[in-house]
Amino acid sequence: MKVYATARTAFKALRRNPMRAMLTTLGIVIGVGAVIAMMEIGAGASAALKKTIASMGANVLVIRPGTASSGGISFGAGTTTTLTPADCQAILRECPSLRNAAPMVRARAQVVYGNRNWIPNTIYGTTPAYLDVQDWGSLAEGEPFSDRDVLNGNRVCILGQTLVRELFDDESPLGKNIRIKNISFRVVGVLSAKGANMMGFDQDDVILAPWTTIKYRVSGTSLATTNQSPAATDSVNTLSNLYPTEQLALYPEQSNVQQADNPMPVRFANIDQIMAAANSSAEISPAIEEIGAVLRERHRLRAGEPDDFNIRDMAELTNTLSTTTRLMTNLLLAVAMISLLVGGVGIMNIMLVSVTERTREIGLRMAVGARGRDILRQFLVEAVVLCLTGGAMGIVLGHGGSLLVQLLLKWPVETSPAAIAAAVLVSAGVGIIFGFYPAWKASRLDPIEALRYE
Amino acid sequence: MELITLHGIEKTYQMGDIAVPVLKGISLAINQGELIALTGSSGSGKSTLMNILGCLDRPTAGEYWLEGQETSQLSADARALLRNRKLGFVFQSFNLLARTSALENVAMPLTYSTENLSDAETRKRAAEMLARVGLADRLNHHPAQLSGGQQQRVAIARALINRPPVLFADEPTGNLDSKTSEEVLQMFEQLNAEDGITIIMVTHDPKVAGHAKRVIRMEDGLILDTLPAADQRRETSGGAA
Repeated sequence: MKVYATARTAFKALRRNPMRAMLTTLGIVIGVGAVIAMMEIGAGASAALKKTIASMGANVLVIRPGTASSGGISFGAGTTTTLTPADCQAILRECPSLRNAAPMVRARAQVVYGNRNWIPNTIYGTTPAYLDVQDWGSLAEGEPFSDRDVLNGNRVCILGQTLVRELFDDESPLGKNIRIKNISFRVVGVLSAKGANMMGFDQDDVILAPWTTIKYRVSGTSLATTNQSPAATDSVNTLSNLYPTEQLALYPEQSNVQQADNPMPVRFANIDQIMAAANSSAEISPAIEEIGAVLRERHRLRAGEPDDFNIRDMAELTNTLSTTTRLMTNLLLAVAMISLLVGGVGIMNIMLVSVTERTREIGLRMAVGARGRDILRQFLVEAVVLCLTGGAMGIVLGHGGSLLVQLLLKWPVETSPAAIAAAVLVSAGVGIIFGFYPAWKASRLDPIEALRYE
Repeated sequence: MELITLHGIEKTYQMGDIAVPVLKGISLAINQGELIALTGSSGSGKSTLMNILGCLDRPTAGEYWLEGQETSQLSADARALLRNRKLGFVFQSFNLLARTSALENVAMPLTYSTENLSDAETRKRAAEMLARVGLADRLNHHPAQLSGGQQQRVAIARALINRPPVLFADEPTGNLDSKTSEEVLQMFEQLNAEDGITIIMVTHDPKVAGHAKRVIRMEDGLILDTLPAADQRRETSGGAA
């Protein structure tokens, strides 16, 4: 007996009692609908989450210098002065997993334009690569500053949207000069709005400028001034006469000749951090290893010596958050699965009733030549047809439901073909699993008994 | 030509520990083209014999030859195939599928046949069969829309759709009034005469048995006697084994 003919027989059998068939499938309809809605809303939630994380700079690694300490007193993360712009170039050159890297210098200062002033969250000194690292896309206005600006220490900057609002109202800031610590910067570009990140940190409250300019003109820090050890006291401080902070010289002073023979390696500039972007989230961990190897070599760290830098990635954050949503989705899915199970039991129940009710029909079919397996197949196909119909209706219902949720509650929703495929498979599976017992029971009937059944 | 040969058929039902013999050794020969009535009081074993003849059941002992094939040891599937090809059944309560048209009811056995007819052929053959039983204008009526006699004729059409050589009728007129009973019996006679279909009716109605060419009377699991019904002349051959 052909499958097509069987399916048609099943349809006819179901059509003989359409109301009961409808009620029977209701369980599957609701179950599949719930699964689809859960999957779509869940997928939408995690997609929204991914987007949020991406706006913070997905796949971004932050490399900061290690902790400086003096006499048992630690100065906190990022206080050693071991990272240089050359490190940034080196890791970009030598780490294949990296897409881009930008050196960063931070400053915090008052910004003045006309009679308005504002202290932005951060003033970043960097290179144009920063925009790529942070996935900032295109600028809202103007052009980014160039690598030449970085080399020359030109006084140009790019403003974030918050600054434009605070300093310029609706005016275009392009070509205007703002002052940071009394140093005049020409605005060459305006960043597109990025909004707050997940920590509530306003990512638009930022000024980007060449790191050379920020370092040497604005913050004015150099290797000497960042040294916080007491030895670097100002001679102007009169208290130093009272409380001499000059340390005891542990080593004999070097003569000029000795110094010339053994030059101390001098770093001309140090930077606060390096931001690097991995090619993809999968390449974050190889990138961390590569960067570690390159920096250890460049910083001449011996085996066993601790790193004088640390590398952090957003992946941990991403993982935590996506684990949470996945957990929620799975939980809801489990609940939906239970309703599918209940629907399946309903199918089994009705199929058993149907088998009993149609005992004579089964007997007749056997008398005219149906074998046990023909009967088994007929009832199994009937159950599967019932479940698949229910599944199709459930898909429509679930999809409609999630669209409604999107429309009314403004929740993000994502259509998931995998969920639909899974729903079809699951409903067919439910049909086979819960339809098998009644079908098997039908196929085992004795034709004589069945024909005599009243 | 001998169509059916029974040799020492016995059937014993096991009721718990007690063995209940229902058929106690029946030997019988039925030729092609016979119209036979199987009669007997209830409990005489006529239904059991009919089930065995119809390959719905297997005898406990004995041989059953159908068209030169020994069938008593066949598996359930093989018997199903045999029923499909060679045997037709008509029941007392018609056993038509409710809410299914006469045409589809008649075509139903074809879905289990090995012939693999196309849809069009199936419909054509079912329609022809319905025309044979005089229901050419009732193709799409549901059983509920047909009279008892018409329903039984649909059932006959269904029994004959696979062109079996043998037709079994279990109390075919039990649910019919005398007028429609007569119609159905005339149809049997006609099929028997025109197509040479062997018909075996189980009945306890002497009027029905009167239409048969041969009446086999059973009692207590044995054949009491076999007599040609037409002239009521007693025959001695083929008696109790």
